[in-house]
Amino acid sequence: MKKAITTGIAVALSPIAVWAADVAPGQIVYEDGTVEQSLTGAPGDPENGAIIMKTKSSGNCISCHEVTALKDAQWHGNIGPVLDGAGDRWSEAQLRAIVTNAKEVFPESMMPSYYRVDGFTRPGNAYTGKAPDGPIEPLLTAQQVEDVVAFLSTQKDE
Amino acid sequence: MKRTAMTALVAALIAAPVLVAAGPDDDTLVVNGEIEMTTKAPAPAHMEGTGIDTIMSGWHFREDETQALQMDDFDNTGMIFVEQAQEVWNTVEGTEGKSCASCHDEASESMKGVRAVYPKWDEDKEEVKTLAMQINACRTENMGAEAYKYDSVPMASMEALIAAQSRGMPMNVAIDGPVRETWEKGKEIYYTRYGQLELACANCHEDNWGNMIRADHLSQGQTNGFPVYRLKNTKLNTVHGRFKGCIRDTRAETFAPGSPELVALELYVASRGNGLSVEGPSVRN
Repeated sequence: MKKAITTGIAVALSPIAVWAADVAPGQIVYEDGTVEQSLTGAPGDPENGAIIMKTKSSGNCISCHEVTALKDAQWHGNIGPVLDGAGDRWSEAQLRAIVTNAKEVFPESMMPSYYRVDGFTRPGNAYTGKAPDGPIEPLLTAQQVEDVVAFLSTQKDE
Repeated sequence: MKRTAMTALVAALIAAPVLVAAGPDDDTLVVNGEIEMTTKAPAPAHMEGTGIDTIMSGWHFREDETQALQMDDFDNTGMIFVEQAQEVWNTVEGTEGKSCASCHDEASESMKGVRAVYPKWDEDKEEVKTLAMQINACRTENMGAEAYKYDSVPMASMEALIAAQSRGMPMNVAIDGPVRETWEKGKEIYYTRYGQLELACANCHEDNWGNMIRADHLSQGQTNGFPVYRLKNTKLNTVHGRFKGCIRDTRAETFAPGSPELVALELYVASRGNGLSVEGPSVRN
């Protein structure tokens, strides 16, 4: 049933091409600390990216990073680097690599991998403390990753 | 006199601007104007290479208002549980017609120094035993009473009664000899990055103590203050209950309170606090 609907939408959008194929977590290609290909094939939405970064139950990026542009949300942590100017320091492809799996770029990083589903030690079922009852979902969806990357790309010092 | 000085110090601190994202403070913890706590001490030798030279009680990482709650037993809600456990101490339970007092007389005398050396090796059972395990062994083997649930309120309360008799004495758990294997296992767990967030104890409490993770001021994760009365959940919390909560927050499948893994972790983490005063029951966020 679900599949039929999906196919229907894909057919409707087919002139614009690759809708159906978000890049799955296991399919990402990392090359010298970059991920060139958009996970969705479409540009992300920076405004939604900002919301994801501020929301505790979502990306919650400000838990560890201070971001001046997100100061309407309280309590920015200081575990990771300040992200002001991130769009100057990193290309979009580098930001995509860092957000999906920071350890590909900085092997010792404390940062969780936001688009990875395997290789964990005792992964749980979200925050229940219990064993997973099915496949592990990535922390962010492909679209959410692209939205965060889009927001970070807007962070320029000028 | 001492008290007056302390009051003045507290007043001065309250008048100071609110600190944001600061490290640990330099306040002094004296309970009831008489128990002087060692809340900073040189790191034990086994912590060489961790980057931590001075070990610090979690008390230093809390706001002045929270700190003050531990400075007077009338303000320390944890002491209510100590009083309750004192009654239990003298109450006969189980098939053997005994109370704790039947064998141990006054807790204020017999339990002095006990908290400071747990977890420790049990010669008869040939295993590392936590204080909670010993309490339950007494109950089931000597009293013929039911075991407490490992991280329950009655257990935390009894631990608080026992810890309170050692307040001010330095934590001093053994790490060599027969406990070594368990200690090594605990150390391995301490440095393992668990869960979907891939966070080890060390990520927050060794590498980032003093920093802020959202609104939480990260401490060194010391256990010398357990059991802890937390304002967050308004109850007395056991070490294993806290470990479980931390591991859960890494999006991991936790270990059960009382499990061999958490016993090993408790020994290792306790050994990182060797030299700090026993504070239990302490008060934290």
